[in-house]
Amino acid sequence: MSDVAVGQEHHGEVHDPYPGLSPHTSTGVSHSKMGMWIFLASDCLLFGAFISAYLLYNGRAQQGPTPEDVINIPFTSTSTFVLLMSSLTMVLAVSSAHRGDERRLRLWLVTTAFLGASFIAGQVYEFTTMVHEGLGYTTNIFGSSFYSLTGFHGVHVTIGIMLLLIMLGMSLRGRLPKEKAEVVEVIGLYWHFVDVVWIVIFTVVYLIHK
Amino acid sequence: MAIVEAPQPLTIPEPAQPESTPMGVFQRPTKTTGWRSWVTTIDHKKIGKMYGFASIVFFIIGGVEALLIRTQLATPNGTLLSAQVYNEIFTMHGTTMIFLVVMPLGVAFMNYFIPLQIGARDVAFPRLNAFGFWTFLAGGIILNSSWLLGGAPDNGWYNYAPNSLVVFSPTHGIDFWTVGLITTGLASLVTSINIITTVINMRAPGMTWFKVPVFTWMSLVGQFMLLFAIPVLTAAQFMLLFDRRFGANYFEVSQGADPLLWEHLFWIFGHPEVYIMIMPAFGMTSDIVPVFSRKPLFGYKVMVLSGIAIGFLGWGVWAHHMFTSGMGPVSVAAFAVGSMTIAIPTGVKIFNWMATMWRGQIRFTTAMLFAIGMFTMFTLGGVSGITHAVAPADTQQHDTYYIVAHFHYVLFGGAFLIFMGGFYYWWPKIFGHKLSEKLGHWNFWLMMIGFNMTFGPQHVLGLQGMPRRVYTYLPGYGWELWNMVSTIGSYILALSVLLFIINVVYSRRKAHAAGQYTCEPDPWDARTLEWITPSPPPEFDFWEIPEVRDLDEAWHRKYAEDENGRLVRIAKMEDVMDKPTGRIPHMPSPSYWPIVAAFAVMLIGYGIIFNLGLCAVGGFLLFLSVVAWGVEPSTHTELPPPEPSTPDSGESGAVREIEEVGANV
Repeated sequence: MSDVAVGQEHHGEVHDPYPGLSPHTSTGVSHSKMGMWIFLASDCLLFGAFISAYLLYNGRAQQGPTPEDVINIPFTSTSTFVLLMSSLTMVLAVSSAHRGDERRLRLWLVTTAFLGASFIAGQVYEFTTMVHEGLGYTTNIFGSSFYSLTGFHGVHVTIGIMLLLIMLGMSLRGRLPKEKAEVVEVIGLYWHFVDVVWIVIFTVVYLIHK
Repeated sequence: MAIVEAPQPLTIPEPAQPESTPMGVFQRPTKTTGWRSWVTTIDHKKIGKMYGFASIVFFIIGGVEALLIRTQLATPNGTLLSAQVYNEIFTMHGTTMIFLVVMPLGVAFMNYFIPLQIGARDVAFPRLNAFGFWTFLAGGIILNSSWLLGGAPDNGWYNYAPNSLVVFSPTHGIDFWTVGLITTGLASLVTSINIITTVINMRAPGMTWFKVPVFTWMSLVGQFMLLFAIPVLTAAQFMLLFDRRFGANYFEVSQGADPLLWEHLFWIFGHPEVYIMIMPAFGMTSDIVPVFSRKPLFGYKVMVLSGIAIGFLGWGVWAHHMFTSGMGPVSVAAFAVGSMTIAIPTGVKIFNWMATMWRGQIRFTTAMLFAIGMFTMFTLGGVSGITHAVAPADTQQHDTYYIVAHFHYVLFGGAFLIFMGGFYYWWPKIFGHKLSEKLGHWNFWLMMIGFNMTFGPQHVLGLQGMPRRVYTYLPGYGWELWNMVSTIGSYILALSVLLFIINVVYSRRKAHAAGQYTCEPDPWDARTLEWITPSPPPEFDFWEIPEVRDLDEAWHRKYAEDENGRLVRIAKMEDVMDKPTGRIPHMPSPSYWPIVAAFAVMLIGYGIIFNLGLCAVGGFLLFLSVVAWGVEPSTHTELPPPEPSTPDSGESGAVREIEEVGANV
């Protein structure tokens, strides 16, 4: 470790002699990874509040359509599967990043973003269908709590897709070398979190509805 | 050594300006003076100062609102304010004081002193820190601009639904409230992530958890609570916003909605919020009392553990705000017991402060007076708080002035008093000169008299049955005397705040006349690590990251025990403090993007209220600034070439730490 590391700052790259491990923090975990974990802990409570509100209002709608009328479990199961598969490709992206295999990194980043976008497309289709079946955002208490909860999740996925595309751009410009693989890993944490939240939402909203 | 002996500003050789601008539009700003250095700064000390300044400005706004309230209520049938304006004033007073004064004032101290207390050169995410400040300011501006843009929120700081729906409050006021506070909530979120990461990850070598100064510890606990509390409020505010703006049914009772939903969500945030505000105050008191008692803090570990205990128990008490809501006897009993339990760790703290003073060599400086004032007033507030935990009594007190008296005793008497003490204690550290002690004593006593005159009588008024939130009252209930006393007290309180501002200006003039940095580096014979740096500290805080061996590191560098166990001075602070090494630590450059991103957030906020098209513009700008944030280089300036004679293997690690931060987030 020498001053060369701090001397070459033109391109925003830091030459980390210990990729994946930060020996200069009290815990050995890098700031960005720690920060992401802390953020995700907080985000749990945001979803927690929306899920609680949904559960509280479950079955209390004064008029239809009710969940039975509009929910299409086979369709959403498929899009759930797509989203969960994107976690797999995200893992492959992180692994490629750590190996310094930039070609595969880009491939898996694109695949993950594509799978995420397919999920969002499915959600758009699902929402459109539901509106056609008479469940607007303002129709009843179910509509409001359903669209808000799943919509918030959709926004999270969309932000994730944007982050993936920004990383893709960085990689194409040579800004994601092996030494910065942790950036991919940290965004990956976010992506997996969004998937895990969806498992909860899928269970609560689609599988145990009244 | 030169900086110690001569009262001169630190002269730091300017790094050579680079010839080329390698990143084109993404080059980082370089100004270190003038207004541009402030809007682009990512230095935790400058950001801390800006938090402090902004909070004081908001404090004056909130204080004027308070004076209007008290003037209206001074006599029966007051005519100064109409009912509607009164509603808006008391809503804005509460919201401002909580979200724009006490919380950010705590953050101001945390921002400035946590890195110094743990021996770090900055926070973990310097740019995020700047973003947090500008977003907080944006939220404050959104909220306060409601006065000019069609009316302020008028439903109280708790904004109970469904009373906050359009049908009952048709102006945009409550939209300003939700959007403004979602914005400050975003600021709180990023700041809490930042501070938590900083404390967990950036402690100096040797600083194990039980060597961390109490202020840092308590701030950490408070920020953890904030981390988990703020998203709940944000979610509730989104629901309210969607109801009001887009016709959702979260609080529409005719659609089967439950009014208790808002109350629960709000108070799940709202009660931890109380501890979020008081935690840094507890920590500050625990740092100040030992210094002026010349004794170590009594029961340091117990202090820390009781703080953590409050951090946990604080989550199990929220429904004591809802004893009259009809939520059922089991809930009431459980929350009554929970609320009484939390008095135990709080009581431990009060006893430990007293035990710290016991047989100490007490110096009654202004800071110490404020610390003593804090824990006596806080005790009074705590005792009236216990009476709220007794559910049957609370049913009587609910919505009376007794409640108003209680929470002013804990928030003003607890948090704000010690923030004043913090100003007096740390002013020499921040600005290099003390505040006048003489004016300070006047400041303290006037504030104590004014405060107790204002809020003491409100206990009586409350027990006499005077309800909160009424804009006037009829003569003949026996409320006239105490209302008048309370109003006179509020003007004395205002006078004491004015005296503080006069003190700031006067001491500054005096110090500048005598050459600005008139104060020795360790004016109070202090104990914690921030005092081993020069006052004010250099931009990078420490020339050399200190090696920590003891709790109260600074003290143990100065004092030791002789063979009889008596305290002996072994060194002067001037000799054991951090000194220039000749090698300037390399810090990340300022950045434009935090303020641009915060401006984008503000555009989105106004867009939600007025015109969704503006949201699109703001969203696009936000996306651009996030990209720019990601790709801008971590620094603009070149490093001076390493000196071959200096072996720097030890230090470059610390330097690199900051580099990594600048590069990543």
